[in-house]
This record gives sequence, C-alpha cells and structure tokens, in this order.
Amino acid sequence: MSQYPPSSSPGDAHVASAAAGAGAAAAGGTRLDRWLTSYAERTASMTASEIRALFSVANRPEVVSLAGGMPYLPALPLDAIADIAARLISEKGAVALQYGSGQGEEGLREQIVEVMRPQGINAHPDDVVVTTGSQQALDLVSRIFLDPGDVVLAEAPSYVGALGVFRSYQAQVVHVPLDQDGLQPQALEETLLRLRSQGRTVKFLYTVPNHHNPAGVTLSLERRREVLAIAQRHELLILEDDPYALLGFDGDPLPAMRSMDAEHVVHLGSFSKTFAPGYRVGWAVAPHAVREKLVLASESAILCPTSFGQFAIAEYLSTWDWKGQVKVFRELYRERRDAMLDALATHLPQASWTHPVGGFYVWLTLPHGLDAKAMLPRAVTGRVAYVPGGAFYADGTGGHSLRLSYCFPTAERIREGVRRLAGVVQDELEVMETFGGVPTAVHRAGRAGVDNPGPELA
Amino acid sequence: MSLEEPSLRVAVLAGGLSHERDVSLRSGRRVAEALRAAGCEVSTMDADAHLLPRLSEETPDVVWPVLHGAIGEDGALRDVLELLGLPYVGSRPAACRMAWDKPIAQSVVAAAGISVPASIALPHATFRDLGAQPVLAAAAAWAGFPLVVKPSRGGSALGVAVVGDPRDLARAVVDSFAYGDTALVQQHVPGTEVAVSVVEVDGEVLVLPAVEIVADGGSYDYGARYTAGATEFFVPARLPDDVADRVAKAARGAHEALGLRHLSRVDFIVPDSGEPVFLEANAAPGMTETSLLPQAVAAAGLELDAVYRAVVQSALAG
Repeated sequence: MSQYPPSSSPGDAHVASAAAGAGAAAAGGTRLDRWLTSYAERTASMTASEIRALFSVANRPEVVSLAGGMPYLPALPLDAIADIAARLISEKGAVALQYGSGQGEEGLREQIVEVMRPQGINAHPDDVVVTTGSQQALDLVSRIFLDPGDVVLAEAPSYVGALGVFRSYQAQVVHVPLDQDGLQPQALEETLLRLRSQGRTVKFLYTVPNHHNPAGVTLSLERRREVLAIAQRHELLILEDDPYALLGFDGDPLPAMRSMDAEHVVHLGSFSKTFAPGYRVGWAVAPHAVREKLVLASESAILCPTSFGQFAIAEYLSTWDWKGQVKVFRELYRERRDAMLDALATHLPQASWTHPVGGFYVWLTLPHGLDAKAMLPRAVTGRVAYVPGGAFYADGTGGHSLRLSYCFPTAERIREGVRRLAGVVQDELEVMETFGGVPTAVHRAGRAGVDNPGPELA
Repeated sequence: MSLEEPSLRVAVLAGGLSHERDVSLRSGRRVAEALRAAGCEVSTMDADAHLLPRLSEETPDVVWPVLHGAIGEDGALRDVLELLGLPYVGSRPAACRMAWDKPIAQSVVAAAGISVPASIALPHATFRDLGAQPVLAAAAAWAGFPLVVKPSRGGSALGVAVVGDPRDLARAVVDSFAYGDTALVQQHVPGTEVAVSVVEVDGEVLVLPAVEIVADGGSYDYGARYTAGATEFFVPARLPDDVADRVAKAARGAHEALGLRHLSRVDFIVPDSGEPVFLEANAAPGMTETSLLPQAVAAAGLELDAVYRAVVQSALAG
C-alpha cells in the first residue's frame, strides 16, 4: 500500500498538505464538468431534480405506481409477436435490418392511412412521415417551426414530454384553460389575440384532443369545429397529438381535427399505446410542404426510422387481428378506470377528479391547501406514487393537482394504491390543519429544474 | 495489485426503498466499478425480499451497504448483517443510529467539545398540541432569520430549506414533515461549507482534505448536488492552514465520538471565527460522480480503487 501517505506522518494536516503537494487541487475550484462553459444556452434547463429521483422508487414492486404511463403489454399476444419477429428476420432480414427510407416504409405508411380512417382522416400515404414514436414528431415539428422566444399555445395542463421539447427549443409555452369538454375555444382566441397584440410570435397550438394526458378529458366535437374556425380565422397551425384516439371506452372515436382541415393541422399518431412502445414507431401527417421539411429534418436527426420496427408492425397489422387486440386493451383499461373511479369515490371524497372515457389518466385536484409535489415524499414513504401536477405546466402552477394512471396496475392494485393515497392525503391534511392555513409554497432559489419524469412515466 | 492477492468477493448493496434510492443506485455502481478495477469479485444486490436468500447463496467475503437513507443509514440493515455474521463495510448499527438522527448526533458531538449550531427538534405533535403559530413564533424569535429547516433524519438535502422570509417558515416546516415526523429548526451559521471525508486504511484513520462547496444560488440542494457543473468545489478548501487543521481535528473528533467506522463524511460550516461548526455526519456518504468523498480521495493523491479495496480489507479484519 505504498501509494498512501506514510503512516508515520503525524496529524491530519499532513494529508491535506500532501494533497496540495500532489497537485491534485487546482488553484481555482472545480465544477466536475470540463465542458461547462461550452454548452448551448438551451442546455441550461437540463438539471437533476429531486422529483425525478423520487420516481426511482416508484418502479419497485413494493410501491403501487399510479405514476406510470406504460401500456399493459402482458395483454399482448407475445408468442404470436415472437413468431412474426422470427419470420421477419429469417425471410426479410436483409431488408428489415437495413437502412430504410427517411420518410418511412411505404407499405407501413399505407397501413397507417387505414389505421387513421376510423377518425375520419382521409390521407395519402405520401402525407405520412414515420417517426421514432410521436415524441420525435414533436421534436421535428418544433425543430422546423420554433425560434427562441416563439410562443406555443398548449392546454393547461399539458403533456409533460411536449413541454420538455418546446423548452429545449427555447420556446415559451402559454397555457389555455381546459374543462370537462377539453380546450376552451374562447380562451384560446382571447389568448392568441392578446399575444399577437403584444407583438409575440405564436407558432402553433399544441393539443391532445382525445383522452388527454394528463387531464383525462376529450375535446367535444363542437369545440373541435370552433378550434378549427379560430385556426382558420387567425392562420394558426394546430399540432394535434393523438395517441389515445382508439382507446375510447364508449363507441367510435370522434372525428380528428385533421379530418376536417388538412391545411391547418399537423396530426400525430402512434403505435405506442395501441400496440407496443418498444418498437418506437409513430407518425406525423402534415400538409405537403411541411411534410417535406419534416422528412429532411428527420433524415438529419436519425437518417431513417427503425426499419425493423416498421416491418414488424406492418406484419403485425397485416397478419393479426390488431383491431381485436385494441379492443382487448380497451376492455382492460375500462375495467381499471372503473376500479380507480370507484376507489376514489370510496376513499378520497374530499378531492375532485376527472372522469375519463378513454386513455390512461385521471386528473385529481387535492383538497384545498395541499401541494402535490410537497406531498410526494410522504407518498413514497406510504408506498404509492403519482406525478405531481406542476410537471404539466410550464408556468409553475398546477401544484394542487396530480396525475393518476390506471393503465398498468391491476384493478386490485389500483384500489390498494388509492387507499394508500387517501391515507397520505389524510396525514398531509392533518399537518396542514395543525398549521391552520395555507402557507405559500417555498420557491427555492437557484435552478429552474426539469421535473420531467422519465420515459416510463411520461 | 499483484496476482498473488486472493480475490475478494464483495456484495455491494444499493437501491432500497428510501427517498434516496436513485442516489444509492448511482453510488453503488461507482463503488462496484472501483472494486472490480481493484480486482475484487463484485455482485450488486438491492435491499429487498431477495437480499437474504442471495447473501446466503453467494456467501460474499464482505458486504458493502451503499444504501442512503432509511434502513441503509439508520442501522436497521446492519443489524441484520450482524445477525447473519457477515463482515460489512461501515459503521455498526448503534453508531449509525446516532449519526442518522441529527439532533442526537449534534448532542453527542457537542459533548466531545465540538461546536454545533443551536437547533431544536420539533415533532409534528408539538405543533399540534401546543398550537402551530405560537411554536413557530417562538422558534423564529429564537433562531432569527435566515434559519434552516430540515427533516431530523435524511440526506441529500431532501426537504431542507433556508428560510429568509418569516412568511415561508410554516411551508418549510410542512414540507419537512413530508419526509419525516420531526423537523429540525436550526440557526443559520454563515460561513464556508466544507465536507470532510474520513477513511480507515490499514488500521489508520485518515482524514482527507476538506472539500469546500460553493453552490450556484447559494444552496447546496438536491439539484446542486447531482447536476454536474451546478456547484463549484475547492479541494482542499480555501482555508488558512491553522483553520484547516482545526476542521480536520473536528472531523476526526466527530467520527470517533459517534463511534463511526471504516468511512464517513462529516459536514461543517466554518464561520469567520475559524471555529468549525458541525452540521451532520454521514455513515453512508455519497459515492456518485459528483459526490464529495471521491473528490477528497483524489485530492489526497490516493487511488479510489485502492482506497475502496483497503476499506473492504478493514471490514474483513473486523
């Protein structure tokens, strides 16, 4: 062990001076990151967050996670999918494992057109750009439209993964309120006009019309028309993010906004919720000029989307009763939604929540004075997890709400999770009652941390 | 290392169900990597229902719990390791219990003649039974502003707030109660924040150079701890020699007073007077890329791999 300071050296100061002599310490400080001064401005928001750290416990089986956004893949016909993959590689491997078209495989784009038909969308395969999940489509649309300082309009609350993309392009999100029928058109128009009169550049409206993540509401047909009329009146582009359209529990999906206007809408779809997110296949349908730019942007980002994933999904769509499988998912999620709403009514009557008719999420508003983010450590100790509402707002609000998901845990686990959550809320209420009021949240100085949950929670 | 040295089999325990699971996983990976580089055979295990069967199956020479928070630091897991008769790295359960509970640790360290900040531990029941407003008012009048509110147990600065505005005090206490049932209200000591790591190597207690912490925004909170670049470190701390000496002696004193073993990290504030004020001692200090102990090891001119292996050997020696 000769590398240690000689043990005969007395005292503690010696080690310190030996260290100085070893030259290990610079005269200035260290920030443990050699490239700190080299980062682009947009990197500044990418920091560690304690919220994100707390979620690492959420994936443990001991914890009932009502935080995740993962589809329930054990319900898939995994043996059949394995056969498809094996056949694909043995029969078409040289193509399926090769680079492919930047826009996506033509055969799959034809099938995507069919997948969108129940929503009334009449598109041509040439209008479709296949992307690495619809998340990449969000990134590409942002890349081709957003300059730093531009405004994106989005629902309050809004999908956390989209907020992160807009922030990474240094755009500012301005929220528009929603209610049980989705985005409020009048508020949209007022906000748009106010921003424009202030000289702000509003580039597009971002909206999740069906079974909203995180709010669990659906934009009514009447409002879809009103939103489109506003877009047409004021030349506003709509980014219609629609991964949950086929997961409605009551009848056919409403017509997509893209079905009523092909010029003002970029429509995003995904196989992540109706089939499997691991393939990372989503798509954008865009007016032709926009589509051209999306393809070029995508080629510069990734050359081409996954060939293997596209071929596997194309095989699945053509050889398996995929609509029957979507129905299996719908029934499963409906049962879990019922379990969650039932458990909430039983255990948490002092809170209020949305009643989704599809999708994965319930948006819950806590009793007056409770802060979902401040309460999360107590929930983790109580072995239940949720996503605090603030993550779904770009303006620091939303703290009194939280998102609960019912997509992954079984009905029994959901009931247990809600029971635990009720206990957590009760304990937090007791503390609040002790303090006899509603102290304002402490905004800790320093970093504007990203409270994004990781991919499995988005 | 030479080829003749026997291969040590080490089980690194990381994860657990505490609020610091993520930090523990990252610390555990770094420790495992360093031990492998030092020629140890390493397996990593989570602290869950599979742990005991795996330990009895693999019968490692030494267990290294790199678990932060809750059972990892409060002595509970080490009690079980004692029951199993497995040698392990780090302090014994009784010492962990003392260090883990900040009010108790401060009493013990103060009794050894080391300065501690004036602080009071306030369980939720105190506020409930005596009325929140009068207790808050008394605490505020006594501590003055700014003051520090933190959970009496826990690490990584989770739930810690420096309160400068009286209107924020109640919220800070409520936030702290989300982490545990007792809040510590502490007088704020202005000064230089330093962390001193202590490792035992070849039967000798080495006090490593103090690491000085200058966080952007002034608060060494969770983001500042685990975002590379968000904090500036000075190693060794920019202290006059005599002050550095006092800090090192105080660190050794706290390590010994609490009965800590093998490795620890002791955190101080050094005010203008130069008299170090003890904040807390960590029986399971962070070992991540941005953590303080690895920086101190490097600053001492030592090799992390070799130090970790030597600590494992200390554990084997008992």
